[in-house]
Amino acid sequence: MHAFNYHRPSNVNDAAALAAKSADSKLLAGGQSLVQAMKLRLAAPTDIVDLGMVKDLAGIKSDGKTVTIGAMTRHAEVTGSAEVKKAIPALAVLAGMIGDRQVRNMGTLGGSLANSDPAADYPAAVLGLGATITTTKGTHAADKFFKGLYETALRPGEIITSVSFPIPKRAGYMKFKNQASRFAIVGVFVADMGNGVRVAVTGAGPCVLRLAEMEKALGAKFAPESVAGLKVKSDGLNSDLHASAEYRAHLITVMAKRAVEAAMK
Amino acid sequence: MAVKVSMKVNGKPVSADVEARTLLVTFIREHLRLTGTHVGCDTAQCGACTVHMNGKAVKSCSMLAMQAEGADILTIEGLAKADGTLHPMQAAFKEHHGLQCGFCTPGMVMNAVDFAARHPNASEQEVREALDGNLCRCTGYHNIVKSIVAGSKAMAGAK
Repeated sequence: MHAFNYHRPSNVNDAAALAAKSADSKLLAGGQSLVQAMKLRLAAPTDIVDLGMVKDLAGIKSDGKTVTIGAMTRHAEVTGSAEVKKAIPALAVLAGMIGDRQVRNMGTLGGSLANSDPAADYPAAVLGLGATITTTKGTHAADKFFKGLYETALRPGEIITSVSFPIPKRAGYMKFKNQASRFAIVGVFVADMGNGVRVAVTGAGPCVLRLAEMEKALGAKFAPESVAGLKVKSDGLNSDLHASAEYRAHLITVMAKRAVEAAMK
Repeated sequence: MAVKVSMKVNGKPVSADVEARTLLVTFIREHLRLTGTHVGCDTAQCGACTVHMNGKAVKSCSMLAMQAEGADILTIEGLAKADGTLHPMQAAFKEHHGLQCGFCTPGMVMNAVDFAARHPNASEQEVREALDGNLCRCTGYHNIVKSIVAGSKAMAGAK
């Protein structure tokens, strides 16, 4: 790992100012992706702004319509939260599928979203539920947040503070994971919002994406058979040593069907 | 950049001036000379570096020492009693031959102790799932799982 200047602000305004000061600074949340990337020298920030001691960035609140989760809330807290389990069980299930126990004790919601790894789980829930991402500079709708491979709408020095998830009528998440890394080869989040259905896919493209055709079919009838026959085109999907684009396309249909089944349980 | 880091390790306060890029596992092994915590893969997959931070299992190769500032760290050296009596989970690993070469054992035991404390009556299947983040290259999982099931019961009984 290359050397860097280390900063440990105690409030979010100081953190934003420190992060904006240097063009090559990085915010450190749980560090479960960033520390590894730095060890491999894939990332070599000049400055690390550690959010670990910043107050008021963690916590879970529910008001019956939305569940709001602080950016520094660890995956283990989300998967174990009675409030999340009651309001959006699929979100608790998803958080419990991220990485492994140890990773879930450190990794954070905000860190996962800001990183926008193409195979991360949280983006599927954020896009699948049409969540709102609140930052130090305003809010972002999920539909306009994920821009591409490791790319989001966040500007330099902008820090995610919380995410508000609308409570769906029912939702389900299913993923086919890479056995070694536990990342999603394909993960599908399906949400019946009452006034429409949203389907978000992670692991398959450069970043999380929605499938209009499946949303329409599930909107007409929310049942596994509505998507079971829908073939997804492999154009533009990821192809790597774990899976070809064609296999990923096939997996999307299978995972979508299972996610609907999970939502109906 | 040298920075000061302070934490409690196995109940003892420690502090040192370290480079900011020092990993927690490096701090534990090379600065504190507690070499029971192992570095296996160094890429967050094998779990040999698992320690507890404020009672929760974490991978010490995947975090900076600075992230443990002010925290309570427990390593494998801190599990047994001062008189050498093994922790119930360690005793269960011994009893059920839960180790072969022993390299992964510290991480396995530390993850198991945290898991068992939260899931006192876990099934064999749940134990297997909880070991997602720990690899044993001798592939001795069968006895490791047996050890953890027995160790969990012993821990619940000792309460």
